[in-house]
Amino acid sequence: MPSRGKKRPLPSGIDTNDGPLSAAPAIELHDVSKRFGARWALARLSYTLPQGASLLLTGHNGSGKTTLLRLVSTVTAPTLGTLKILGLDARADRMKVREQVTLLSHANFHYEDLTAKQNLELVAKLRGAPGLPAKVDGLLDKVGLKARVDSPVRQFSAGMRKRLAVARMLLLQPKLALLDEPFGELDPQGIAQMEAIMAELKANGTTLVLATHLLEQGKRLTDVSLHLENGRQVA
Amino acid sequence: MPLITPLLILVGVVGLLLAHAFVPSVRRWSWKAFLGIAVVMFLVQPYLALSWAPPEREMGEVQRIMYMHVPQVWMALLALTLNFCCSVAFLLKKSWVTDALAEASAEVGVYFGAVGVTLGAIWAKPTWGVYWDWDPRLTTAAIMIVIYMGYLTLRRFVEDPEKRATWSSVMGIISYVDLPVLWFSVKWWNSLHQVQSSPKTVDPDMTMVLRWSATMFLCLLSVFIIHRFRVAYAARQAEVAPPEALAPGAA
Amino acid sequence: MSGLLGQSLLVLRKDLLIEWRTRARLNALIFFAIATLLLFSFALGPDTVMMRKHAAGYLWLGLLFSSMLSLGESFRIESENLAMDGLKLIPVDPRAIFLGKTMGNTLLLWLLSLVLLPVTIALFDVTVTLGWPTLVGIFLVGSMAISAPGTVYAAIASHARARDVLLPLLLFPILIPALLAVVKATHLVFEGDLMDQLKSWMRLLGCFAIIYWTLGFLLFPKVLEDD
Repeated sequence: MPSRGKKRPLPSGIDTNDGPLSAAPAIELHDVSKRFGARWALARLSYTLPQGASLLLTGHNGSGKTTLLRLVSTVTAPTLGTLKILGLDARADRMKVREQVTLLSHANFHYEDLTAKQNLELVAKLRGAPGLPAKVDGLLDKVGLKARVDSPVRQFSAGMRKRLAVARMLLLQPKLALLDEPFGELDPQGIAQMEAIMAELKANGTTLVLATHLLEQGKRLTDVSLHLENGRQVA
Repeated sequence: MPLITPLLILVGVVGLLLAHAFVPSVRRWSWKAFLGIAVVMFLVQPYLALSWAPPEREMGEVQRIMYMHVPQVWMALLALTLNFCCSVAFLLKKSWVTDALAEASAEVGVYFGAVGVTLGAIWAKPTWGVYWDWDPRLTTAAIMIVIYMGYLTLRRFVEDPEKRATWSSVMGIISYVDLPVLWFSVKWWNSLHQVQSSPKTVDPDMTMVLRWSATMFLCLLSVFIIHRFRVAYAARQAEVAPPEALAPGAA
Repeated sequence: MSGLLGQSLLVLRKDLLIEWRTRARLNALIFFAIATLLLFSFALGPDTVMMRKHAAGYLWLGLLFSSMLSLGESFRIESENLAMDGLKLIPVDPRAIFLGKTMGNTLLLWLLSLVLLPVTIALFDVTVTLGWPTLVGIFLVGSMAISAPGTVYAAIASHARARDVLLPLLLFPILIPALLAVVKATHLVFEGDLMDQLKSWMRLLGCFAIIYWTLGFLLFPKVLEDD
């Protein structure tokens, strides 16, 4: 338990300058396994990713990429093994972890019957940090949804939903951004935009974990890679 | 036979239960002891209940069904109390032992409750003229069985062992807390046309036979729960076997 | 930091906003409840004396059936796009989700009871003997009593197989004490309270509501989070 004796992380969680946390790795998996029903989606995975690095996660469909990202986001907990995110225990300090991590996934968390703007405003208010609601309009503009801010998500195409999800991620200002197939459902222009956004996040010191089948873009944006097969680490 | 006999046996049985809970080596043979005591007591039971005990003044011979009916409902309550304790224990500290024990006790509890309620309805027919008189005790017991059948259904409907254990613990707690409220509501609801009230002074011989039956059923309950627990625990162990056991070929 | 209560109110506001934006669904729910009341009248024949006597029971059975639909719906919107996971990750305290959703379900059920009241009066020819404020209060406490265990079980059922069958199967037997108390209380308001029983029934109903709001508040995080 390397970080146990050190200073406790700042409770506010959202400050981005290098505090006492900078030493702790962004992700520390120790012998992590996850079972769904009778199937082991992840088996005995150990891996450490330093802060500021970016990781490319590869593997076939069903290899455990999404499960791994969901575990790291703390939305589910590992069946066996321990998991530390930014030096915090993913189980005990779950709420603090969540203030610093975002998950962008195919299930994009939107309420279908609310408008794009209402969805983001809800997120901003629930996060409760001052100044967040004021950023909503700017972010919607940035992801190219300005014309449709007052349409319910139900009327959105898959690509627009993805754009809204990106705005949501940016709104939450993560220290660790987990991106599950971020290029899926986007048009070529959207892919380029997505790439630019990720490069910007990376430049700001955000740790990225990117699971994608688009190896070309993926390799451009990341420093290290992890390949999963049947829930096990291959390389 | 001295009237104190069943109480003495009961003390022995409870002692053995405690030993079963805390001394691992006892667990290998204790169920045989429970079964043995139950069988011996069961052989004497018909004589005690049907001939030795005096007939009840108003209900006559029919009342003898009480010696089977009442202890079974008691045992159901006991088993469901065990289920509640296991549910709380599981939420405080995750363990497959308490989960398996919760499953075993709920199932055995529902079984004893169902038999007890059926016997109660059979008793009601000659006594009150109908099988079902909305007697508060019988009604509460019947609803209790329905609640716990829902509990057992939930267990069947969730495949993931962790989620099943957690959710059924939550439901076990909610269900058990419901029982006293249920009892009061049914009692008040039926207070207007309640027929029988029984401020009777019970014959000590009757009490003795009732205790005899209760001790016998406690032994049976223990045997049932111990065996059902073993099945449930083995099933759980197979379900949660570590990844190596399931995919030996991989790295 | 918006705190537990602030987050609860935001969750509540969100649920009410969705309810408002999908008014058609709400209307369908109201018509379902009215149809249930009509069906009771037809199933039991045109015996007006008996119908008046049992009106409180029909009203609450109609509400109970409708609540199964509204509770299921309130968690269906959360499983679409895994929105509940999104709430957890913002992060929102699971207890705030419980409070917000239970308040939302209570308000919805209360509204439904107020809509059904004139229909009940018209169909079954009942009179409100003990005054409207009492009746509206009983409806509120009754809605609270149904909503708290309802929210917990709807959350469980929404993640399990065959959720539509499971929810009423788990919930109906648990709700029997609340149903008995609220029907008796409503009945006494309709028919007059000669033996001063209303208070004890309201006390029982209030106890039920308090117990289940407390239990839900304590246990809901276990339902929502992996441990």
